Amino acid sequence: MEIVKPDRLQELLNSYANKDVYIHLETTNGSYAAHFNEGFFNAGAFIRNVVVKYELGKVAGESPHRVGLKLPSGWIYAQGITHYTVDEHDRLLMAGLDPDGKLAVALEISETPFTY
Amino acid sequence: MIKEERHVLVIFPHPDDEAFGVSGTISTYIEMGVPVTYACLTLGEMGRNLGNPPFANRETLPQIRKQELKNAAAAMGLTDLRMMGLRDKTIEFEDDEKMIKLVTDLIEDTNPSLIITFYPGLSVHPDHDATGRAVTNAVGRMMEADRPTIYTIAFANHTAEVIGAPDIIHNVEGAAQKKLNTLNAHASQTVWMMRDMEKRLADKDPEALKWLHEERFFTYRFK
Repeated sequence: MEIVKPDRLQELLNSYANKDVYIHLETTNGSYAAHFNEGFFNAGAFIRNVVVKYELGKVAGESPHRVGLKLPSGWIYAQGITHYTVDEHDRLLMAGLDPDGKLAVALEISETPFTY
Repeated sequence: MIKEERHVLVIFPHPDDEAFGVSGTISTYIEMGVPVTYACLTLGEMGRNLGNPPFANRETLPQIRKQELKNAAAAMGLTDLRMMGLRDKTIEFEDDEKMIKLVTDLIEDTNPSLIITFYPGLSVHPDHDATGRAVTNAVGRMMEADRPTIYTIAFANHTAEVIGAPDIIHNVEGAAQKKLNTLNAHASQTVWMMRDMEKRLADKDPEALKWLHEERFFTYRFK
C-alpha cells in the first residue's frame, strides 16, 4: 500500500461504481486496548463480503481522508484512510494506518469475493 | 523440572500465541522426545501491525503469518502443526458445539496427557477466552479418569485475584535460543517488541531474563 493520492483514488472509486461489488469494512482499536488502558471504551465494527452497488463514491478531505459510497437507499463511509493499493486481483484496498503502522480502519472493494 | 507426558496438545487461536509464554516449554518437550501437536485456530487475519510504510495489507497479512507460523514451528522443532481454518476475532461467534467438537476431535486423534491453552475469562482477547472455553468444555465432558491435565495461560489484569499464582513453573533456560528464534519467526508481530527485549537481555535485565527462562501455567481445576 502507498499513501493515498486523492485524484487517483477518486478515479478508482469511479471505476467500481454501478457494479455489484464485495465490501470489507472494518474499524478497530485492537483487542488489547482496554487491557493496556483500563477503562478504555473499546468499540469497532467489521463487515466482509457484503455485496452492494454504489452509485457514487467520493474521497474527501486532507489525509487522513474520508471515503463515502452512496447506495440507492443507504450509505457506507470510512474515515481515517491514509493508504491504498489495487492488488493483483483488481481489488481496491484502502486502510487507515496510525503513525506506528497499526491499522485503525479498512475499506476494501472487489468485484470478486474476498477469502473467508 | 518438566514432567514427562504421553502427548502434549497445544491449542491457541493465533499464530504467535505460542511464542511468548509457551515456546520454551514446547521446545523442551520436543527435546525430551514428547510428541507435541499444535492446533492454531486462525491465521491472525485481523492483526493490526501492517507497518508504516506498510509491509502488508489486510489481504496479504494471513499468508505472511501462515509462513511465520510454519517457521516458528520449525524453530521449536515441532512437526505436527495443524491450521484449523477459522477467522481471527470470530471464535466466540462460532457455534459452541462446533468448537467443542473441534477440540474433541483433536483429543481423540492425539490422545494427549496434557493440553495447553488459555484460561477462559482471564485471557483478555475474546478469541483466547473462547478457545479456553471450548477446551475446558470438551474436556469437562470426558470421564474424570480420562481427562488430560490442562495447563493454562492467564494474563488479565485481575488474574491473581481470581485464581491466585501460577502453580506450574517450567525452567526453559535450555531452550532460550529456540524461544527467541520462535519469537523472531513471528517478525510481523514481534519485531518492535524484540528490538527492546534483546537490548534488555543484553543488559541482563532480571525481569527480561526471568521472562525468557521461566514459563508459568495455571492448572485448570474443574468445579
